[in-house]
Amino acid sequence: MSDIQYLAPTTLDEAVSAYSGAKGSAHILAGGTDLLVQMRSGMVNPGLIVDIKKIEEITSVKETEDGVFVVGASVSGMELANNSNFGKTWPGVLEALNLIGSTQIQGRASLGGNLCNGSPAGDSVPALIAAEALLTVQGPNGRREIPVKEVPVSPGKTSLADNEIAVSFSFPSRPAGSADAYLRMIPRTEMDIAVVGCGVSLTIEENTCTRACVGLGAVAPKVLEVEGAAEALIGSQLDEDTIENAAEACRACCNPIDDKRGTIYYRTKVSGVLLKRAVAIAAKRAKGV
Amino acid sequence: MNDANNKWIGKRTIRPDGADKVTGQATFGADTTMPGMIWGKVLRSPHAHANIRSIDTSKAESLPGVKAVITSVDVTNYPLDKPVILGIQDMRWMTRNVMAREKALFHGHPVAAVAATSQKIADQACKLIEVDYEVLPWVVEIDDAIKSDAPILHEFIEFEGKPSNIAGTLEHKKGDVQTGFEEADVIVERSFTTRPVHQGYIEPHACLVSVSADGRTTIWSSSQGQFMVRAMTSMLTDIPQSSIRAIPAEIGGGFGGKTIVYLEPLATILSKKSGRPVKMVMSREEVMRASGPTSGSKSTVKMGIKKDGSIVAAQGTYYLQAGGLPGSPIRGAVGCAFAPYDIPNVHALGYDVVSNRSKVAAYRAPGAPIGAFAVECVIDEVSEAIGMDPLEVRLKNAAKEGTKAAHGPVYPRIGYYETVEAALSHPHREIPLGKLQGRGVASGFWFNAGGESSSQVNITEDGNVVVTTGHPDIGGSRASIANITAELLGIDYKRVSVLIGDTATIGYSNLTGGSRVLFASGMAVTDSTEKVIVSLKERAAKIWDIDPEAVDWEDGYARPAGANAGMFDPLSLEELAERATETGGPIGAGSQLNTAGAEGGFATHMCDVEVDVELGIVRIIRYTSFQDVGLAVHPSYVEGQMQGGAAQGIGWALNEEYIYDSEGKVDNPGFLDYRMPVCSDLPMLDTVMIEVPNPKHPQGVRGVGEVPLVPPLAAIRNAIYDALGIRFYGLPMSPPVVLEALEQREAAE
Ligand SMILES: Cc1cc2nc3c(=O)[nH]c(=O)nc-3n(C[C@H](O)[C@H](O)[C@H](O)COP(=O)(O)OP(=O)(O)OC[C@H]3O[C@@H](n4cnc5c(N)ncnc54)[C@H](O)[C@@H]3O)c2cc1C
Repeated sequence: MSDIQYLAPTTLDEAVSAYSGAKGSAHILAGGTDLLVQMRSGMVNPGLIVDIKKIEEITSVKETEDGVFVVGASVSGMELANNSNFGKTWPGVLEALNLIGSTQIQGRASLGGNLCNGSPAGDSVPALIAAEALLTVQGPNGRREIPVKEVPVSPGKTSLADNEIAVSFSFPSRPAGSADAYLRMIPRTEMDIAVVGCGVSLTIEENTCTRACVGLGAVAPKVLEVEGAAEALIGSQLDEDTIENAAEACRACCNPIDDKRGTIYYRTKVSGVLLKRAVAIAAKRAKGV
Repeated sequence: MNDANNKWIGKRTIRPDGADKVTGQATFGADTTMPGMIWGKVLRSPHAHANIRSIDTSKAESLPGVKAVITSVDVTNYPLDKPVILGIQDMRWMTRNVMAREKALFHGHPVAAVAATSQKIADQACKLIEVDYEVLPWVVEIDDAIKSDAPILHEFIEFEGKPSNIAGTLEHKKGDVQTGFEEADVIVERSFTTRPVHQGYIEPHACLVSVSADGRTTIWSSSQGQFMVRAMTSMLTDIPQSSIRAIPAEIGGGFGGKTIVYLEPLATILSKKSGRPVKMVMSREEVMRASGPTSGSKSTVKMGIKKDGSIVAAQGTYYLQAGGLPGSPIRGAVGCAFAPYDIPNVHALGYDVVSNRSKVAAYRAPGAPIGAFAVECVIDEVSEAIGMDPLEVRLKNAAKEGTKAAHGPVYPRIGYYETVEAALSHPHREIPLGKLQGRGVASGFWFNAGGESSSQVNITEDGNVVVTTGHPDIGGSRASIANITAELLGIDYKRVSVLIGDTATIGYSNLTGGSRVLFASGMAVTDSTEKVIVSLKERAAKIWDIDPEAVDWEDGYARPAGANAGMFDPLSLEELAERATETGGPIGAGSQLNTAGAEGGFATHMCDVEVDVELGIVRIIRYTSFQDVGLAVHPSYVEGQMQGGAAQGIGWALNEEYIYDSEGKVDNPGFLDYRMPVCSDLPMLDTVMIEVPNPKHPQGVRGVGEVPLVPPLAAIRNAIYDALGIRFYGLPMSPPVVLEALEQREAAE
C-alpha cells in the first residue's frame, strides 16, 4: 500500500500516456466509490492511480443543438441531477445513476465508474444500454466509439483495453414521445445491491411503440440487452399480451446464479415483473401523462 | 417520586454525551492511541471444524517488525471437566472462544495472534504462521447437529449417555399439560424455525492494552462492562484484578454482543510479551464471522384453548444453536415464551445445541424473541380457530399480580394487561387497511435484572454535582441518572455531571445487560444522593447550631423545618459547599448495592404490513409498541429503546440471516449482504408508554431495553397472514421466500 503513485493530469493525453505507460498496474480513479473500497479490502493493489477528475471533457455535460447529450464519464450523480435538461430527456438514466448509494456516494459516483467497474449488478448500466448510449474511449492509438452494450464482458471485466480510458457517453437525440425508466429490485429500500435491474427506453408515436430498447442487469454474468423484449414491444400498442411477451423474453434470457443475493428462480421471475413496471413508467413519461 | 410535580424526572433533558457524539469528539474503542503502540492481529481458522495438531510460529517471529506471537498456550487454560462460572459465562468456554485450544470450532475461530509495528507486518506475520490442521466433518444447522450420525464437536459432552451435540437442557413445568389438553376445545401444534442474527452494532470490537514492566495493565476498550473486561482478562491472563485497570470507551452499540471479551485478553498477553502497548481492532468481516450473534432455532409449540378463550395448556420445545461452545440462551426462550399468560398447565423444554458456527453472545432479551415467536404465532391461530380477536384472547389470559409464572415467580404488580388494553383502544386499530395490507399483534416478556451497582455522588467545591457510576451507557443512562440526581437534590439538571468510572475509580458494578442499568444504578445513586442530603442537613444544622432533625432539604436549599427550628435564612448547595471545610470536610457519599426487585417487563406490538405480491417484498407501513415501562425517567430514551427493539425485530423477521457456503463459511459477512433495515425501510415507529411504576424501586423504574425485541417477529408474521392468508413458519420472510409461498398457493389453487 505504501508505494502507490498518484497523478491527476489536466489533459486526456497526459492521462492516457501515464495510464498506458504503467502497463496494467495503473488504475483510473473517477469517484473512487468502487476503487477505494476494493483497495481497502485488498482486492486491488494499484501501483499508479490516475485521477481523471481534473480533465474537463471527462467531467462536463454538453447538449448539442440537435439534442444529443454528451456526458463526461466522471460526472457525478449529483452533478448530472443538477443539469437542468438531462433528466427531462433521460429520466431513466438519471434515476438509475441517482439510485447508487447514498447522498455521500452521489457526490462522487459516476456513469463511467459504474460501467468500467464491470459489475453485472451496476445500476446505471441497464439504463445506458436501453438508452442506446455510445461510449467514447481513448487510448494510445486514438479514439473509438462503441455502444455501451458492447462494454460489459464478465464480472469485473469490460471490453476496454487496459490502456483505454472511458471519456464520455453520448445519448442520441430522439423524437418527441420518447422516454426511459429504470427499476431495480432490492430487498431493502436503499443501500443495497440490485437483485435484478431493468432499464427500458421507448418512443411512442400515435399510440404505437416505434422504438424500444431493454437492458437487464444482475441476471447473467454481464448486463444484457434484451432484443427479444424490444422486438415484442416495437409496433405494438403496449397492450397486456405484448408486455407479457416482452416479460417472457426477459425471463428467457436470464442466466443468473443462485447466491446470497437471490435465487435463480426469484431473479428470473422478477425480471419479468420489473420489465412490465418499467415499460409502464416509460410509456407514461413518453405520453407525458 | 412518581409525582406530577417532578421537575426533572420524566423530562426530556439533553443527553450529557450528546454534543460529543454529534460533533465526532466522543472517544470510542478504536480512538485511543499511545506512544510506542503496535498493532495486534488475529489469525483465524480457515476451516469450520479441525483438530489443531501443531502450530509453528517461528517464521512469523523472525519477520522484522514482529514483536510477539501468541497461541493458546499463552492463554490460561481451564480444563474441560470442571466448570468455572463467571456471571452467565463459563471460563472453560471463554478461554476456548478467544483462542482455539484443542480444536478450531468454526471458520474464523482465532488460532494465533501477532503484534507488530504496523498492521501490514502483522498481516504478513499471520500468513507466516503454519498451522497443521486435521480437517474434520462439520455441521452448522440444528437438524444436522442432532442427527445420530452427526459429527461430534466435543466428545466430553454427553446426552442420554452418548457423546452428543446437545450440551444441556432446561425445563419449566406448571400443572399437568396432559390433563390440560384434555379440557381444550381446540388444540393447535406448529413447528417453527428462526435463523441466527447478529446484533449489528456499528462499532466493531476494539481495544488498546498497555502492560507496564511491573505488570500493571491498562485496558481501553468498548464493552458493556469494564468490570467484566477486568474479570475475564484477569482469569485468562493470570494478572490479578487489582493490577488491571479497565477504562470504558464510549460504546457504538452492543445490544448484548459486548458482554464478553474477544480481543482484550489477547492484546494483554501480546503487550506483556512485547513490552509495548498493543491495539487491536476487528474488521466488520471479523465481527460477522467470529463475534457472537444470537442463536438460530427450531421449535414446536402446542396450545389448547377453550371456546370461551381461556388457554388451558401450553407446551413448547425449543432447540437453540449455541455455536461452537455451549451456552445458548435457552433460559430466555423457555422462560419467557409463556410468561405473559396465566395458563394453568405449562411445559417448556429447551435444548442447547452446539455446532460449527461462532459462539453466540447475548442479543437483547437473549432467547426470548425465539420463545415468543412460536407462542405468539400459535396464539394467533388458536384465536382464529375459536373466532375470537387475538387481543381479546390475550386480555382474557393476561398474567396479573398474583399469577404464578411457569418459570417460577409469582408476579407482583405488573402491567401486561394494560398493554393489551391500550392496544385494543388505540386509534391504530381503527385505521382501515387497503388491499394486500394486513395487521398483526403479538406480546412479549423479559425478566429484567438487578444485581450489583456502585455509585459515588460528590459535591464540588463550587456547589455542583459529579455522579460516577460503573456502567457503560448504551441507552442514555447518564441522562436519566442526571434527572434523578437533580430531582432529589432539587437543583438544575445542568449542574449535575454524570461520569462512568473505570475499574479503579468506582466500585464493582455488574455489566450493562439484562435491562438492569437504570434500575440498579438508579437505586445506588438514590442511596448516595440521600446520604449526601443527610450530610448537607447536618452541615446546615451545625452552622445554625440546631438539631439536624430540624433541617429540611427543599429545592436545593437547607431550611429550618418550621418556626420552632428557628428563623434562619435558607442555605443553598453552593453556600454549603463553600463552607464544607469548616463543617466537616468534603461532601460526598458512595453506595454499593446488590439490588433486587427488578420486575419483568411486558409489551404488546401492533404492526401493519403491505405486500408487493409480484416481488414478495413485505413493507412495514405502520407500527405501534405498547409497553409497561415502569416509570419513564427520561421518556425520549425509553421511546428510543422501544423503537430500536422494533427496528431490530423487523430486520430479524424480514431479511437478516447468516448465509453459509458449502464449506461452512459465512457468505455474507458485511452489511451489504447481511441485510439490516435502513432508515428508509421503516415507518415512524410509534410508541405508547404505559407507566405502571415498579413498587420495588425508588423511582418506579422497570427495565425497558430488551422486551421491545420480543414481540415483533410474530407481530409481523401475523400481519402477513392478515394481508395474504398465508402463514409462515420460518424466518426471515424475505422476498424469495414470500414469492415462493405465493406461487405455491397459486399452483395449489
Ligand atoms: C456505500 C456504497 C453504495 C453503493 N451503492 C451502489 C448502488 O446502489 N448501485 C451500484 O450500481 N453501485 C453502487 N455502489 C458502487 C459504486 O458507487 C458505483 O459503481 C459507482 O458508479 C462507481 O463510480 P466511481 O466514479 O466512484 O468509480 P471508481 O471507483 O472511481 O471506479 C470504478 C472502476 O472503474 C474504473 N474506471 C472509472 N472510471 C473510468 C474511466 N473513465 N475509464 C476507465 N476506467 C474507469 C476504475 O479504475 C475502477 O476500476 C456503491 C458503493 C458504495 C461505496
